[in-house]
Amino acid sequence: MRRRDFLYMTGVGIGASMMPNIPAFGKIISVEEALTPVDVALKKKMADVALNAAKSKGATYADVRIGRYLNQVVATRETRVENISNSESYGLGVRVIANGSWGFAATNNLDNASIAKAAETAVAIAKGNSKLMEEPVQLAAQKGYGEASWKTPVEINAFEVPIADKVDLLLKVNSEAMKGGAKYISSNLFMINEQKYFASTDGSYIDQDIHRIWPTFTLTKTDAASGKFETRNALSAPMGMGFEYLKPKEEEKIKGGPVTMYKKRYDILEDVREAAVHVDEKLKAKPVAPGKYDLVLDPSHLFLTIHESVGHPTELDRVLGYEANYAGTSFLTLDKWESKKFNFGSKEVNIIGDKLEVGSLGAVGYDDEGVKCGQWDIIKDGILVNYQTIRDQAHILGLKASQGCCYADSWDSIQFQRMPNVSLAPGNVALSAADMVKNVEKGIYMFGRNSYSIDQQRYNFQFSAQLAYEIKEGKIVGMFKDAAYQANTQEFWNSCVQRCDKSDYRLGGTFSDGKGQPGQASAVSHGSATTRFNGVNVINTGRKLG
Amino acid sequence: MAILSKEEAQAILKKVIGFSKADFCEVGLNGSDGGNIRYARNAVSTAGQISTMSLGVSSTFGKKTGTATINEFDDASLQKVVKRAEELAMLAPENPEFMPPLGPQTFAESNTYNAKTAAMTPDTRAEMVGKSLSVSKAAGLDAAGFLENSTRFNAIMNSKGLFAYNKGTDVSFSVTVRNKQGTGSGYVEQGFNDLDKMDTLALSKIAASKANGSAGAKAIEPGKYTVILEPLAASDIIGNMFRGFDARSADEGRSFMSKKGGGTRLGEQLFSENVNIYSDPMNTEIPSSTFTGEGLPVKRTQWVEKGVVKNLSYSRYWAAQKNVQPLPFSRSMIIEGGTQSLEDLIKSTEKGILVTRFWYIRSVDPQTLLLTGLTRDGTFYIENGEIKFPIKNFRFNESPVIMLNNVEALGKPVRTGSGLIPPMKIRDFTFTSLSDAI
Repeated sequence: MRRRDFLYMTGVGIGASMMPNIPAFGKIISVEEALTPVDVALKKKMADVALNAAKSKGATYADVRIGRYLNQVVATRETRVENISNSESYGLGVRVIANGSWGFAATNNLDNASIAKAAETAVAIAKGNSKLMEEPVQLAAQKGYGEASWKTPVEINAFEVPIADKVDLLLKVNSEAMKGGAKYISSNLFMINEQKYFASTDGSYIDQDIHRIWPTFTLTKTDAASGKFETRNALSAPMGMGFEYLKPKEEEKIKGGPVTMYKKRYDILEDVREAAVHVDEKLKAKPVAPGKYDLVLDPSHLFLTIHESVGHPTELDRVLGYEANYAGTSFLTLDKWESKKFNFGSKEVNIIGDKLEVGSLGAVGYDDEGVKCGQWDIIKDGILVNYQTIRDQAHILGLKASQGCCYADSWDSIQFQRMPNVSLAPGNVALSAADMVKNVEKGIYMFGRNSYSIDQQRYNFQFSAQLAYEIKEGKIVGMFKDAAYQANTQEFWNSCVQRCDKSDYRLGGTFSDGKGQPGQASAVSHGSATTRFNGVNVINTGRKLG
Repeated sequence: MAILSKEEAQAILKKVIGFSKADFCEVGLNGSDGGNIRYARNAVSTAGQISTMSLGVSSTFGKKTGTATINEFDDASLQKVVKRAEELAMLAPENPEFMPPLGPQTFAESNTYNAKTAAMTPDTRAEMVGKSLSVSKAAGLDAAGFLENSTRFNAIMNSKGLFAYNKGTDVSFSVTVRNKQGTGSGYVEQGFNDLDKMDTLALSKIAASKANGSAGAKAIEPGKYTVILEPLAASDIIGNMFRGFDARSADEGRSFMSKKGGGTRLGEQLFSENVNIYSDPMNTEIPSSTFTGEGLPVKRTQWVEKGVVKNLSYSRYWAAQKNVQPLPFSRSMIIEGGTQSLEDLIKSTEKGILVTRFWYIRSVDPQTLLLTGLTRDGTFYIENGEIKFPIKNFRFNESPVIMLNNVEALGKPVRTGSGLIPPMKIRDFTFTSLSDAI
């Protein structure tokens, strides 16, 4: 009998916590334990205890999530290992509708009595909240799937790779950086495995095994004489993949430009060697002259612009005001969508909401309220045609079903609307980034995420890049420093004039998109090919201290 | 109940240390109890109770350290976590920067705990939120807010005899009030140790007044302006500066405190003469723990005096490298000010802009600490000592270091964010573009 099965059968568990929103607690576990999933039959039993208890107390709907969240981090700096941690958070959350209102409770004490008590607490909270209710919850219908499962298609489970191999790789990265003249280098490897079980009174019992990985580094060089320093971060992307992401493949590289770029395989050693050279160029780069430039934005940079200026404002809960006190609202108000002619961008702009793309961070089989995931248009030929939503808000858009955008970052967090992958479709005409650059008279070619800031309704933004190359009369002539572009979302996307084709299409992403109070993090990818925007306002951010 | 007394915590920690076979063993125990209510569109959206407790063990053989944590407290579990930490230590590579644990220290008794705050219940929270909602509903406005409270403790012990214990309470509240047309928005945020200081009704009235007052904002040209920063706005932007007071990154040439040609800017006049910054865990308005995670005592420290950098923070390792005393950093900064109120600062301003708060602040250039971000939830034009009209939000590109060289006046400090910060009158503050956001 496995340890966790024993805990369930005997009720010997962790201090009771029958309450919602308990911050996830990472318990250090051995690598072997991480590779031992909880038995599905056992999870079904636990789920049924919760569902039956909720119904018996008057819940008209209930769902239960049994989550086991594994995190592994390997962190190094120069010649030493700074941190190795292997942690687990395991527990159960119950969400119910009672008297027309939501209630939620969670426990990491997984005996029958504690599970039932959590369900009862959720119902009590729902009934308490119903006294302050403005209108009852309207939940979009959802068919039950019976017993179903989904797994991230990994080739190499990162948790099965020995820690020593990971340490060796990162220390090799650091060694290459120092050979290249770097004074400081930190490299990190983050790995996540969400083992999630969902069950609901709709009749679904869904078991999912989700994997994510993110290798990254920051390389720094200083110039004591001038007192200047410059850095370059890795141009990797966090991915919904296994350790195979770190096994380079030539066919997954894009060469020929000023920077080697990576698709679904990443060569971290090659990237760090290039980074050492790039930082030298950054230290000598000329300041950008403020003005209008045509921007050629690589996917390693554009993903964050998509995330902030398209992903967030098309979240329906933001549009409705549920995030007003924290992340803000959205300029994409319902009347703009209702008009069916709101010109978000140029005809080049086709934005897709997606929960399926292989290798992406947002890819899952089912969301955290039992909805099978899919794809849909958000911006079609420049026009706002849809948002992202969940079951209790779908009716506002006249939808019969949710789009599957519900997510909680832990078993003890309340699931709510989170961004799916939001991606810019590549162009339909054959075009490489090198060919795109040839047609630019006065422009800047940007790679990598750097500073990013956008207002609370997602109009005004300012972004800068890891690398900004000057384009003059179709040629890359050197590197700029202190370049940042400022724009208004609608103007910016209407200045989109050209996209490279699907052979240039790549994913970028973030491991920790923040939203909600108390805050929750979610991971999401954004795909695009290299894209051109004309006449964008670029400022010089250089300053001098006294 | 996750809040242990000093004696209860000490008993558990002693037991854990007793299980250790390592050269050094350091143990930390912490717990918290609390809850929250979130509301939006004038109705509660979520409500929760929180209770957690966890134990962390660091075991060291030579210079090899392993750490493990657990949230089970029976003897078998305590033995298991110690064993796990020791196993990890054996596997770990040597840490050349390892510092042996400190011996026993003397710590002042902090005043972070308030019994009334600790006694808060879901009903207390509901009543406080009810007061907030009564304001928005009566005024025909929409409120979205968050109220949270916690009681927490932490205790540390090591195999060299060091022990420290602290207990504290917090209650924090924020609310955004918007008009129904979406043309006006106001915000307040406040946190205290003492529940009696928290008045959600009065705070919500301020937010409602700003929501009404900010409707119909006019666009004015971006550029350099004299600004009056409310304490929250000042805290938003200045808070980003304090990380730069780390001696190691300054010595390594990686911060705005690095000196051209090498070394740090310690002792240099870096700010206006009227800038004085210190931290003091015993301050009654913003009390904090009197010890760090590794058991260094935290005492009153002057960081800036008359604009001169008086101290940088040194970790124990870096202090040993530089042959100085370690100096821990504090997250509760106090910027000294005068006696003027916010209204006084407005009255003395011929032309300027009043900023309620900033939003989405990000570093643009760590070399100069240039930041970008936006005004939010109430930005107003001042002329001849009076607020004339609301204005559209701006994006700024400004460095807090440059800003603190342009200080015209500082008002009376108030607790905001994690500091005690005065309203500030700053000249030549750089706004670079307009935002349509409300």
